[in-house]
Amino acid sequence: MAEAHGHDHAHPHQPDIEDAAPSHYQLMTEAVAGLLVEKGVFTADALRAMLEAIDAKSPADGARVVARAWADDAFRTRVLEDVNAAASELGIDAGSIPIRAVANAPGLHNLVVCTLCSCYPRLLIGLPPDWYKSRAYRSRAVREPRAVLREFGLELPTETVVRVHDSTADLRYLVLPERPAGSDSLDEDALAALVTRDCMIGTARPRAPA
Amino acid sequence: MTDRFRTGDRVRVRTAFPPGHVRTPFYVRGKTGDVVSVAGHYHDPEELAYGRRGAPALALYRVRFTQDELWGSGEAPGDDLVVDLYENWLEAGHG
Amino acid sequence: MRHLRRHHDMGGLDAGPVDHDHGGALAHDYAPWEKKVDAILRLLSSSGVMTVDELRRGIEELGPGIYDELSYYERWIASVTNILLEKGVIETDELGRRMAEIEAGWGHTP
Repeated sequence: MAEAHGHDHAHPHQPDIEDAAPSHYQLMTEAVAGLLVEKGVFTADALRAMLEAIDAKSPADGARVVARAWADDAFRTRVLEDVNAAASELGIDAGSIPIRAVANAPGLHNLVVCTLCSCYPRLLIGLPPDWYKSRAYRSRAVREPRAVLREFGLELPTETVVRVHDSTADLRYLVLPERPAGSDSLDEDALAALVTRDCMIGTARPRAPA
Repeated sequence: MTDRFRTGDRVRVRTAFPPGHVRTPFYVRGKTGDVVSVAGHYHDPEELAYGRRGAPALALYRVRFTQDELWGSGEAPGDDLVVDLYENWLEAGHG
Repeated sequence: MRHLRRHHDMGGLDAGPVDHDHGGALAHDYAPWEKKVDAILRLLSSSGVMTVDELRRGIEELGPGIYDELSYYERWIASVTNILLEKGVIETDELGRRMAEIEAGWGHTP
C-alpha cells in the first residue's frame, strides 16, 4: 500500500496534488492509461485532447442554450426537438448521446435524477456535482422530490406539479427553466448568467437580479 | 420493426427480478403508467453490458407514472415521474 | 423482496439529507487522475473497445461493500480495469508490474 512507502521522497519542485502519495486507484489509472497508449488502443495525444475536451465543458454552454431559447421562440422550439442540434447552432458540440429538454412551465417543475448510476448531460454541461451522484439524492429524489428541493432552498406550491425524470437509458435530460420575471431588459449574455448548473438539473430556479 | 406501444397507451412494467444488468429500476416494476413518447430505438443494454451487440434495437419508451401509483401516496396529488423503459420490460396495462 | 433489489438500484429508499454544494459554491474540482479515468472510458467507448453498459455492469459487480467504500471514479477505474482484463486488452501481470513501477518512481520524475 501507499502507506508503506512513497511518503518520504523529496519534492524539490513545487508540490501539487499529483505529488501526494498516489492511491491504489490512482496508480491503476496511470498504469492502465500507459498500457493502453503503449498497445496503440489510443494515442497519448488523443488522451490529452480528451482531457482538454472534458475541461472545456461547463454549465456555461448549457446556459447559453437556455438563454437563446428564452430570447428566440423559434430556437426554443428547436431546443425542445433536439438539444444537440440546437446547441451546435451556437457552436457547441454536445456529443452524440441524445439530450432531451424538459421545459418548466407555469404549474410544472421538472427535476432530473439517475437512480441507477449518475447519467448526466456531461457533454453539454460538464461533469456532475458530487451530490448528484450521492446515495441520498439518487434514493430520495424519486420518492420525495419536494423534500429534496426544500433542502436546496426551493419550496414549490402543491398546485405546481413536480415531475421527476429518472434517466435510466439512452437519453440525457436538461431542464429548460422558465425565464424569470423582471429579466426583460437583459441581453442574452446577462440572461445566460442567471442560468446556473442547478437550474438545468431542476434543483434551483433562475432569479432576475433585484 | 413495429413498436408494440404508442403514445397514450397504458403499460405495466413486468414484475421481474433478473440478477444481471438491467436498466429498469426496482421501484417501477409491477407498476402501471402511460406512454408519453417513443424515445427511439436502441441496442439492448442488457446484452451490451456483457460485450454482445444487443441487436436488434429495442423501442425505448418514456413512461409516466403518478407518484401515488409508485408509492401509495405522493407528496402532492399531481406529482408524477417519467422513466425511460425498453420494450421488453413492458406489457399492456389496464385501468 | 429485499434480496431482489440490487445494491446500486436505490430509487425510493430512505436516506439522509442531500449534502448539496450551495449551487456549486462549495464544489470541489475533480482531481486530474479522476478526469483521466473519464477520458479513458470515453476513448475506449468511442473506439469500440468497451461500452458504457459494460462499465455499469462492472460497477454493479463490485458488490455492495466495495461499491460504497470506493469513490465514484475509483469505482469507474476498478470496473474499466476488470473489463479490460476480461477482454484480454491488458494482462494482470503487466498491470501489476506497471503499477509498482509508477509507485516506485512517484515524485522522482520532474
